Amino acid sequence: MTGQLIISGLTIGSIYAMLALAMSIIYKASEIPNFAQGDMGMISTYIAYMILVVHGWPFWMAFAGAMIFAVILGFLFEFLFIRRAKEPNILNLIIVTLGFQLFLYGMTGWRWGSDQRRLGMPFSETDTINVGGVVISHLGVATILTSIIIMVMLWFFLSRTKLGLAMKAVQQNPMAAEINGIPKDRILGISFAISSVIGAMAGMMIAPITTLDPNMMWDPLMKGFAAAVLGGMTSLPGAIIGGYLLGIIENLFGFYVSLEFKSVVAFLIIVLVLVFKPAGILGHHYVRKV
Amino acid sequence: MSALLQIKNIETYYGLVYALRGVSLNIEQGSITTILGNNGAGKTTILNSIAGLIDDQPEKGEIWFDGKKINGMKTVKIIGMGIGYAPEGRQIFNELTVKENLEMGAYSRSNRKEISDDIDKMFRYFPVLEERSKQLAGTLSGGEQQMLAISRALMSRPKMLMLDEPSLGLSPILVKEIFGIIKTINEDGVTILLVEQNANMALSIAHYGYILENGRFVTSGSSEKLRENDDVKEFYLGLKSETSVKGYQRYKRKKRWN
Ligand SMILES: Nc1ncnc2c1ncn2[C@@H]1O[C@H](COP(=O)(O)OP(=O)(O)OP(=O)(O)O)[C@@H](O)[C@H]1O
Ligand SMILES: [Mg+2]
Repeated sequence: MTGQLIISGLTIGSIYAMLALAMSIIYKASEIPNFAQGDMGMISTYIAYMILVVHGWPFWMAFAGAMIFAVILGFLFEFLFIRRAKEPNILNLIIVTLGFQLFLYGMTGWRWGSDQRRLGMPFSETDTINVGGVVISHLGVATILTSIIIMVMLWFFLSRTKLGLAMKAVQQNPMAAEINGIPKDRILGISFAISSVIGAMAGMMIAPITTLDPNMMWDPLMKGFAAAVLGGMTSLPGAIIGGYLLGIIENLFGFYVSLEFKSVVAFLIIVLVLVFKPAGILGHHYVRKV
Repeated sequence: MSALLQIKNIETYYGLVYALRGVSLNIEQGSITTILGNNGAGKTTILNSIAGLIDDQPEKGEIWFDGKKINGMKTVKIIGMGIGYAPEGRQIFNELTVKENLEMGAYSRSNRKEISDDIDKMFRYFPVLEERSKQLAGTLSGGEQQMLAISRALMSRPKMLMLDEPSLGLSPILVKEIFGIIKTINEDGVTILLVEQNANMALSIAHYGYILENGRFVTSGSSEKLRENDDVKEFYLGLKSETSVKGYQRYKRKKRWN
């Protein structure tokens, strides 16, 4: 039973890991927790729904369309709102992300209503594979694989490409990046685009598990945020491990302790982290140099 | 005379702080020019004004580089015109390796072969960097970090290199070594703008010098001339003039801590 709980925890944990990763990328780049992350993914998932269900085009087109939309959305958000803030401070920028979240939420409600819809995926939720007595659905396998593929691609991008290195450089020292001719605004835009794509993938994987509706991302986003805090907010491996761990712990807690309070686990973990290890499991505790 | 950089009477403010009070400066192609001045004189502010790092500044005046007016341009553009900058406090990318730092210095270039040749060239200037090439830059010693900052600034093949107090915190031997290399870099064709507090060392390699006090140049001239200037001797070279019993002036070394 415990093995089964761990595997299904890992599935939902993959979604938390993706959202945690998306939030950590932005946080590292700008110190902003982007509370619009979830609904950016949600609206991208609606685009996939439009292409797939309303127009009846094939899944790969829906997927590609959603990802392209997510890239544009990420760039636009950074370009139109984040970059405009003159003498920005973190609090103002958090409010900008909350405002954008409300805007996207309102747009979705206005355009598609609050009906719960179904996003059909080529991976079945009911067909399962059985590995040594532990059962997992095809969709579950796809979700876990998606999170792993994202991780590997991101690792490759950040450590093996010039653009990825530049992104790290801007995160570490924006002024030094500028005097080396690295366009830090454009790089920040790219960070937002990448996060947006990862959030959209999370949205597409979660929609078939729950339903497609304007509220679908709130709970996962909060869990993803908790996972990112658990991982240290600035550590990408930390965010991933935090996501998987949270999914598993939450599931075990729901079964062995209390189903009603399952959702509270995430916040219990945030509190515990803040009390005992403020830097998270893999984060550095940053002391800003003056 | 061809001036690579020309600063015409700039005034720079930080909010209400009036930091540069009308500064003019000419840097000749191929020269080493040094700006000397005490803490808070405004040396770094001059370099940051050139690099376009202070928002909406300089408030007045003009900066011309290589025949173009650059004040008001974005930093990335200014750097792209051929200015390399090794700033105060080194400002290396701590969590990138030495080699990655150098690659970031060449961000605007794309010819991989040339970049890799230039990295080798930096390793010839500073062999210790080659030994450390895979090490995270944040774990280097202060002196090594300074060498990395200079090398990184050279990776864009700049026409002019700006150095902000490269001697800060280094042992006298290392200072000598680094200044020797700065001279070699200049002989290799790079014009140099050197900000220093170590007037002795700076004047020993520079062709021209400017003395900055409270946001204004108070003296300027060739290095030889500056070294003969009484005020410079007393306040910057640490030579105190005193009148001896016999009635003629002689110079004595004054104890200084920096
Ligand atoms: N960001 C800032 N905001 C307000 N005032 C500043 C700022 N940076 C520098 N100043 C002020 O401008 C003046 C010149 O500073 P600057 O850093 O250019 O001096 P400096 O000659 O480089 O000194 P040091 O040798 O100590 O590096 C100082 O009075 C300083 O307090
Ligand atoms: Mg300074």
